[in-house]
Amino acid sequence: MVKKFFILLLVAGMGLIFFDLYQAYNSPESLSALGEYYAQNGATDVGAANLVTAVVVTYRGLDTLGEVSILFLTAAILSFGLSFRKEEEIEERELRQTSEILSTAAQVLTPIIMLVGIYIFMNGHLTPGGGFQGGAVMASAVLLMLMANPKLHISHKVISFVESVSGVSFILIGILGIVLAGGFLDNRIMSLGTFGTLLSAGVIPIIYIFIGLKVGAELSNIVGSMSHNQNEK
Amino acid sequence: MYIAIAIVLGILSLIGAYIALHHEKLTVAIIATGLVSLFASILFLLLAAPDVAMTEAAIGSGLTTAIFFYVLNKIRQRNG
Repeated sequence: MVKKFFILLLVAGMGLIFFDLYQAYNSPESLSALGEYYAQNGATDVGAANLVTAVVVTYRGLDTLGEVSILFLTAAILSFGLSFRKEEEIEERELRQTSEILSTAAQVLTPIIMLVGIYIFMNGHLTPGGGFQGGAVMASAVLLMLMANPKLHISHKVISFVESVSGVSFILIGILGIVLAGGFLDNRIMSLGTFGTLLSAGVIPIIYIFIGLKVGAELSNIVGSMSHNQNEK
Repeated sequence: MYIAIAIVLGILSLIGAYIALHHEKLTVAIIATGLVSLFASILFLLLAAPDVAMTEAAIGSGLTTAIFFYVLNKIRQRNG
């Protein structure tokens, strides 16, 4: 009873705080100074048709680097926490046969989902989405593969190779920006190209390919090690 | 029109959240959690944030649901 009373008190307090915030909010008539700069100069500075990408990869590229490293840390801690016994010691669990609908659908859908993921991060500078979204979609294709065939073993060598190469390349491109252009992760080390075409916005498409591969590899690694851990008794 | 859809989606995700908290069967609760994410991703799309909607649909309702099921299965094995 006392516990419920405290919960109610907490909820009422939160409500009061948020009501206050809601009362004090009036939507601004114009953009803030920073937002206005991005909106007016984003197209000419960066050359990306998708302004969100211009902000995420170039203006605030350092935040994206932090985001990717947090994801890497999560994947690393997860594989550290899941204890793996040696292959010989594992007693394989008897698994139920996957239903025919799932296994057939997985064969048809996996390549298409992979392709959608690659499309999303290749066109990150033109259409909504980008490296992170594309990588997540690719990882869901890997998840579908694992569900259709639980015995499937995802090679850790390939995954860690893809992940390390793309992470290092991302940072190297950022450092090249310091040497050849205005600063870390500046995208003008290649020509900006024609606005709105696939090969435009300088180095953004290349950075997004690396981010997409890295995120896809990390999330696949998480799902793969969880699934591998299921098969033992 | 958009407002009507948004209200329906909001109510549906509240129902999903209630089921996720109070259903006896954990499997049903996990599916309800995934549904909340799915409704949220449609809401993000209506609010003109397609990139957030993509992330929410792929991670929130896809990967997270699967990971919850993996963990639930593992806990059940441990408890016999």
